[in-house]
Amino acid sequence: MKRKVPEINASSTADMAFLLLLFFLVTASMNVDSGLTRILPPPPDPNAPVPEINQRNIFVVLINAADQLLVEGKPGSIATLKDQTKEFIANPYNNPNLSDGELLSEKIKKTTDPKMRKKYEDALKLLGDRRVTKGIISLQNDRGTSYSMYIKVQNELAKAVNELRNELSKEIFGTSFNKLVELKQDDKAEAIKTVIPMQISEAEPKNVGGTK
Amino acid sequence: MGRFKKDDKHTAPAISTASLPDIIFMLLFFFMVTTTMRQSSIYVKIVPPEASQSQKLEKKSLISYIYIGPPINPQVFGNEPRIQLNDTYSDVKDIAEFITKERENIKEEDRQKMTTSLKVDQDVKMGIVTDVKQELRKAGAFKINYAARRVND
Repeated sequence: MKRKVPEINASSTADMAFLLLLFFLVTASMNVDSGLTRILPPPPDPNAPVPEINQRNIFVVLINAADQLLVEGKPGSIATLKDQTKEFIANPYNNPNLSDGELLSEKIKKTTDPKMRKKYEDALKLLGDRRVTKGIISLQNDRGTSYSMYIKVQNELAKAVNELRNELSKEIFGTSFNKLVELKQDDKAEAIKTVIPMQISEAEPKNVGGTK
Repeated sequence: MGRFKKDDKHTAPAISTASLPDIIFMLLFFFMVTTTMRQSSIYVKIVPPEASQSQKLEKKSLISYIYIGPPINPQVFGNEPRIQLNDTYSDVKDIAEFITKERENIKEEDRQKMTTSLKVDQDVKMGIVTDVKQELRKAGAFKINYAARRVND
């Protein structure tokens, strides 16, 4: 007679696997890193000449140690900063106090750098002869400024640029700028970036507020 | 001693659960593969600020982290914000060395794309952040990222 081997009950393996699964779910960090990416300027060269920039092309944003804003010499607020920045960059009514611009075709004539020239020509092909702003946003903070305020201001400035890019993208390609990036239409996205650059310059730090 | 009646002609056969462990194991392996364990424990308290324009960071291997915030046990280390590099509290002047080491860990063709992510607590004053940024400029790590939670507005 054949001897019967009793079958091992395997119903608990599922529970064991569940336990392991739960352990990994809990310990593993699924956190996605997100943030605002910026490029720092190289250290200042003491021998280099200070580039001459017309006063109207600089949009000065100052944040003091008490987290108050001074925008273009006047007290400002976070709520209006985005619209002010947009107006400064786009300058739709050619206000002589706001940023100056150049048409793409003029830019192509002027540039000697072949890489930049190629960029402008690509943009010209895709977007037509557009105005490129000469405006630069100058952001300066105090050592006593809180980090959250600094990020809020950076965020508003980024939002201004992103909204302008979106508007241009919708006008010409019918989709938002983020969609272009998502769909990997890099040539179109690059052209829009060329026409609406994000130029935020951070001045050399100063200690005015007295706190560290 | 009562006997149980056998009436298995009327009940449906039980569904075999033999494959259940396999399914769970598959899930398990999926999570094991996709998730990364945090390499270093963080000794500073960080609540990142919120920003609606923050973008996802890609290529985690190219990112090195600098943490700035108040220490988690203030009884020992006080309340002043500290900089954490790798696993220890550090000073601003250690950053140059840290960046050099991090850069060596990256493949040569990717070194240009190296990003330094600043994970800073929202209540920290800009002074210490500015010092870190100046140090990064000197070290040649120009691409930085201010870590911020993404919120919709």
